Amino acid sequence: MRKSLLFVSLLVVASMLLAACGAPAASEAPAEAAATEAAAPAPAQTVLEVTVPGYGETLKAVQERGKVVCGVNAQVPGFGFVDSAGVFSGFDVDFCRALAAGIFGDPDAVEFRALTSSERFTALQAGEIDVLSRNTTWTLTRDTELTGNFVHTMFYDGQGMMVAADSGFTTLKDLEGGTICVQTGTTTELNLADVMAAEGISYTPAVFEDSNATLAAYAEGRCDAITTDKSGLVSNRASLPDPAAHVIMDVTMSKEPLGPMVRHGDDQWFDIVQWTAFALFTAEEYGITSANVDDVKASATDPNIMRLLGTEPGMGAKLGLSEEWAYNIIKLVGNYEELYNRSLGPDTPTFIPRGFNSLYTDGGLLYAPPFR
Amino acid sequence: MQHTPATKRATPFWRDERFLQLLGQALFLIAVFGFAWIIINNMRTGLQKQGMTLGFSFISGIAGFDIAELPIVYSRSSTYLQAYTVGLLNTLIVSGIGIFFSTILGVILGVARLSKNFLINRLAALYLELMRNMSLLVFLIFWYQGLFLKLPKIKEAIIWFDSVYWTNRGIGIPWGIPTASYPTFQLFLLSGIFLALIVFFSLQAYAKRTGRAPLTSLWSALAFTVVAIVGWLVLPLKPLELSIPFANGLNLSGGKIFSPEFMALTSGLVLYTAAFIGEVVRSGILAVSNGQVEAARALGLNRFQTLRLVVFPQALRVIVPPLTSQYLNLTKNSSLAVAIGYPDMFYVSNTIINQSGRAVEMIAVVMLTYLTFSLITSLFMNWYNAKIKLVER
Repeated sequence: MRKSLLFVSLLVVASMLLAACGAPAASEAPAEAAATEAAAPAPAQTVLEVTVPGYGETLKAVQERGKVVCGVNAQVPGFGFVDSAGVFSGFDVDFCRALAAGIFGDPDAVEFRALTSSERFTALQAGEIDVLSRNTTWTLTRDTELTGNFVHTMFYDGQGMMVAADSGFTTLKDLEGGTICVQTGTTTELNLADVMAAEGISYTPAVFEDSNATLAAYAEGRCDAITTDKSGLVSNRASLPDPAAHVIMDVTMSKEPLGPMVRHGDDQWFDIVQWTAFALFTAEEYGITSANVDDVKASATDPNIMRLLGTEPGMGAKLGLSEEWAYNIIKLVGNYEELYNRSLGPDTPTFIPRGFNSLYTDGGLLYAPPFR
Repeated sequence: MQHTPATKRATPFWRDERFLQLLGQALFLIAVFGFAWIIINNMRTGLQKQGMTLGFSFISGIAGFDIAELPIVYSRSSTYLQAYTVGLLNTLIVSGIGIFFSTILGVILGVARLSKNFLINRLAALYLELMRNMSLLVFLIFWYQGLFLKLPKIKEAIIWFDSVYWTNRGIGIPWGIPTASYPTFQLFLLSGIFLALIVFFSLQAYAKRTGRAPLTSLWSALAFTVVAIVGWLVLPLKPLELSIPFANGLNLSGGKIFSPEFMALTSGLVLYTAAFIGEVVRSGILAVSNGQVEAARALGLNRFQTLRLVVFPQALRVIVPPLTSQYLNLTKNSSLAVAIGYPDMFYVSNTIINQSGRAVEMIAVVMLTYLTFSLITSLFMNWYNAKIKLVER
């Protein structure tokens, strides 16, 4: 009698602890737990596993899940935008599709997570997303303290300033004493403070949590100017009621190299994301497009192209992917030029001239290391 | 059913009610601490795996961003700690002003709701129902974008009496700017407070001795005012200089300028919380039984005396505890500033998290700060409640 009661009370302890530990602990056999965790129950084994990957773990997790989870913007047409039907589009979004095409041969094996600028790094750190492709500027602090690695610049940008056309402002000095709308948690916010301090211009920041609120405040006339990356300004202007009434000043306040970011710790995943970018550049360099990739693949004699498209095998395996990976990217999503023109080309409302974002052969900065 | 001494002795400890109660409590404690330990350990392991360490050394790093509303000196080269302090003070300012005005408006609304005048009664009821059934976030955004951002531009400002400016860059009112003689004037103010305290306590003693109740607060306020006016008149240089706002290029200058964000947040919180306080006040007044009023009138007290000496002191006992909750709500709701861009503590902390990547530390600091606010407010209100509650003999 006495013994059985003691056993019952131990069971109670064990079950309470198990209840407290939540689902993962419940998989352990309660009876066994009760038997072994007699006097001093040690919940050390029941700690929730945090899946922050080491080498190779991200790709494994992605393949098991069957899709890439990609953090994107949902409010900047041209880069990352979600329409009323819930479909994501834009340059950064297409990069995620290219990544999925390379891994799965399916550009739609992506789950998009719409993130604000202040949520993005926490989401990446916490392992909620596999890659952050959300017009994010590469800086030293972000590369180190935020425990992420920037992979490569996908878009060379610079910070600009948009004002009402009838204001007549042409230089930053004209904004003396004015109010400037800016989004919180961005390099833009810091650059604005830096540049204005350097030029000795006094101003009032009006800082908002997301880019819609920032633009709405500017549209309401809360600010004399709005500042963000020039690419963002182009897309902002396109969504204003009367785009022609606003001009982007001919002022560049900073360098803004935008590109995807991954977590520290998994170099294989870093390589996959990086060489996805290089595959896009290289495809444009060799003139391979989604339309002609099959013909090129069938007739290629250039070993560089054969290695890229997997007719001469070896490259895909080194990344832990299929030999068709780059072929799939080009076939299903396109090369860099196709990605660019789809979201930012002359036929779109968010047209941005390619400028620095041209191949090095055209005087731009896009330069991919050799595929060998 | 005989209880023999033999069976009593044999009652084993696991059937002893006192032991079982202790056991239950011990088990509960173990469960609570175990759960807390698991959570903390989980976070620690997670951070370790990400290669992040916890620590507060980052707080002395350069913030690098500008903030619009500055109660203290701050620039982009100040530290994160100073940025946080700016946010903290802004939260305190909004909460303090909010509590003050929402109490006044709340009392007016509560009394109006009980008015026998049909129009006043119905209007108050309409307002209370409208506000109490609205989401505060929705209201704040509407209030900010729909009202304060719709004010005219600087060049087309609405100007009242050549001195009050209404623009979408802020609302400017005339304000006193301290001059060289202001420190001396502060001495007058201090002695005024001192005199007011003397008046207050001696009148209270007088009331206790004689049983007659003079208007203690009124007389002390009067004493303070007289000293302040004398100080103002005696000093050769006026301690405060009137500054009137004016449009200066892209912004307002002079006077006191309240930003649209500050105005929207503070007035929004006041209008919202006042509705709840109004109901609290109404319930407090209704809780005083009508017999008390009738008795007071029978004793020959007039309406005002009845309200001041009989109804209000008794109503206060019912009002204070729920009023405390409303004050706490207002303080915590001020974190919705983040939606309309007013740099309160939560907002600034968000920015710090983003620029420094220290989410765990900053969120912990924010939670601790709100906890401290709440505890201090509760302590004060509990003290006040104990002071005014019915003295039972």
